[in-house]
Amino acid sequence: MTTVISIENLWKEYRLGVIGHGTLIHDLQSWWARVHGKEDPNAKISPMLKGQEKQIEGDHFWALRDINLEVKEGEVLGIIGKNGAGKSTLLKVLSRVTAPTRGCIKVKGRIASLLEVGTGFHPELTGRENIYLNGAILGMTKLEVKRKLDEIIEFSGVDQYIDTPVKRYSSGMRVRLAFSVAAHLDPEILVIDEVLAVGDAEFQKKCIGKMGEVARAGRTVIFVSHNMVSIEKLCEKATIVSCGQLQAVGSTAAIVQDYLSRNLAISKISLSDRTDRKGNGSIRFTGYVLKSGDDIVKHFRCGEESVIEIDFQNIRHEDFYLEIGFGIDDYLGRRVALISTDISGNRPIKVDKTVNRVRVTINRNQLVPGEYKFTLFARVNSDVADWVRDAGNFVVGYGDYYKSGKLPERGQGVFLPDYKIEAF
Amino acid sequence: MSRAKAENEQQWDLVIKPKTGWFDIDLLELWRYRDLISLFIKRDFVTFYKQTILGPLWYIIQPLFTTIVFTIIFGKVAKIPTDNIPPFLFYMSGNVVWAYFASCLGRTSDTFNTNAAIFGKVYFPRLTVPLSGVIVNLLQFAIQFALFLAFYFYFMMKGAPIRPNLWILGLPVLLLQMALFGMGTGILISSLTTKYKDLRFAMSFVVQLWMYATPVVYPLSQVPDWLRPYYILNPMVSIVESFRYAFIGASAIRGSDVVISWLVTLVVLFAGIVLFSRIEKTFMDTV
Repeated sequence: MTTVISIENLWKEYRLGVIGHGTLIHDLQSWWARVHGKEDPNAKISPMLKGQEKQIEGDHFWALRDINLEVKEGEVLGIIGKNGAGKSTLLKVLSRVTAPTRGCIKVKGRIASLLEVGTGFHPELTGRENIYLNGAILGMTKLEVKRKLDEIIEFSGVDQYIDTPVKRYSSGMRVRLAFSVAAHLDPEILVIDEVLAVGDAEFQKKCIGKMGEVARAGRTVIFVSHNMVSIEKLCEKATIVSCGQLQAVGSTAAIVQDYLSRNLAISKISLSDRTDRKGNGSIRFTGYVLKSGDDIVKHFRCGEESVIEIDFQNIRHEDFYLEIGFGIDDYLGRRVALISTDISGNRPIKVDKTVNRVRVTINRNQLVPGEYKFTLFARVNSDVADWVRDAGNFVVGYGDYYKSGKLPERGQGVFLPDYKIEAF
Repeated sequence: MSRAKAENEQQWDLVIKPKTGWFDIDLLELWRYRDLISLFIKRDFVTFYKQTILGPLWYIIQPLFTTIVFTIIFGKVAKIPTDNIPPFLFYMSGNVVWAYFASCLGRTSDTFNTNAAIFGKVYFPRLTVPLSGVIVNLLQFAIQFALFLAFYFYFMMKGAPIRPNLWILGLPVLLLQMALFGMGTGILISSLTTKYKDLRFAMSFVVQLWMYATPVVYPLSQVPDWLRPYYILNPMVSIVESFRYAFIGASAIRGSDVVISWLVTLVVLFAGIVLFSRIEKTFMDTV
């Protein structure tokens, strides 16, 4: 397959402080101060985002640092990154809204980018007129729009009002029409920024479907989103931008896992070295792994089987009875669940003296995506043997729990019940 | 290996790179986006028509009243000679021509600021915006020119000394020059205003002063000889006077003035395009 986008040593610098006061008088003031060796009265003290300190050198800020990336024909690549990581800057450079400072991007074929839907819509014009205008802004010729006009109107679902000025549209209708134009662009390469986060649920589904169609039609798509569900649905490959740099491209599943575990505050001391523990020490927890099925994973996913296997050091010389407690706290420290041999009605487990591992299996993880930590507790023959608060942590990642591609937004609840809604 | 690499280089359809030279201008691309220009023009025409009646009416009221005021102040009070042209017609001809230039200048000088939202979201050759702007302004000119013609024929009927000649056919060339010069100056200023926003406030003042440096309220024949060589460096001098010469047949304009005026126009236009093309690549970083 041929390479259609090649990003080579791309750097993008923004200037801070002195440059760009926006007025001639301030520039003269700064110049006067510089000539007389005084401090610039107009130098800005700019607030910094956490983790960006190292990107700043003097009054420069490197929003992108040495980005290298190759995208092959027909690839659907997802780009993940936190706010301020450089995602938007990369998109802006790719869509030629702003020029890079160093390096270059080589592109083969026609490229269209959607940083927004409905750019340039004019409220006085009718829906039909806006289709032509918006199409032309996005790089289509009149003829191309004309050929696809019926399709665009049908897809938008506003065909009844197509000759009504757009100012009379509801915001939802406007978005539908705008997306519809964008979806019928026919570029070889499509660059999309989270524009899917618009419109009602039904239309969003339609949009994702259309994106998938575009991807399957063999076009190259670069998709930037926070929405892990849609990234995983659409992209076979992905990469992470952080602090202006790009990580290696990998399979979406691996990259998403990496991204989620990266955001986890990992406790520095390993479990076996922890001294802040209680109990008589007849067994000691030493470590744990997360599993889903038989695979070791870096994070769980809601709706899927989640397994924690906990290792312990066993200094006993005979068989014993073991009780296990596993308390899960969310990132705010609220206890969200307690898993325990005591509660579940299991008797204390009779354990062979050679055993040094327990397994906790959650059949279907009902926790909402987020970060969690857990406390481990063990009783041997009714005596407290080991008790470690915040013994470890895990991330629950996005999973298609409801088979709808959607989950409640963050803050909308702490667990995902199985339910159905019926009218009767 | 190096040959293979060279061949590979040629396959790229687009290379996005830092602003390199001063002359990184892609006029071919502008041509590819001609549909966008025509749609911008259509958009502005349509929205113009959908405005209230006062919008188009304003185009008539403005030159009419300005002409009346000029006739009274400069004609009756200050008694500035008008090359034997009926004063009302003299001032109106100057006004109509100047109004087109001033509107082109005003419209294009704000290109980056008024379009920041669009420019920040999607790429298209930015020159399409000022280019369509000066074409749309022809609508205003057409309305005001019709007004001028009405008075023109009225004065002709009355037997005023009006001697139209074949230079009238050169009107499109005059319009072209005004459009190019207005746009050239406008995009030059719009490029500067991205960095110096206070220049915007100076604009209306500059336009006003500029009008007095142009033979709108007095004829070129009244300009002292020692000033003339500098005076004609203002391309609007030649444009306004050529217009009067073509329609009324009275002007002190010379062929060499026209040539100089075109040269200045082209230099300004070129400088404007060069600066504009340079600014458009990094403009988004400064707003």
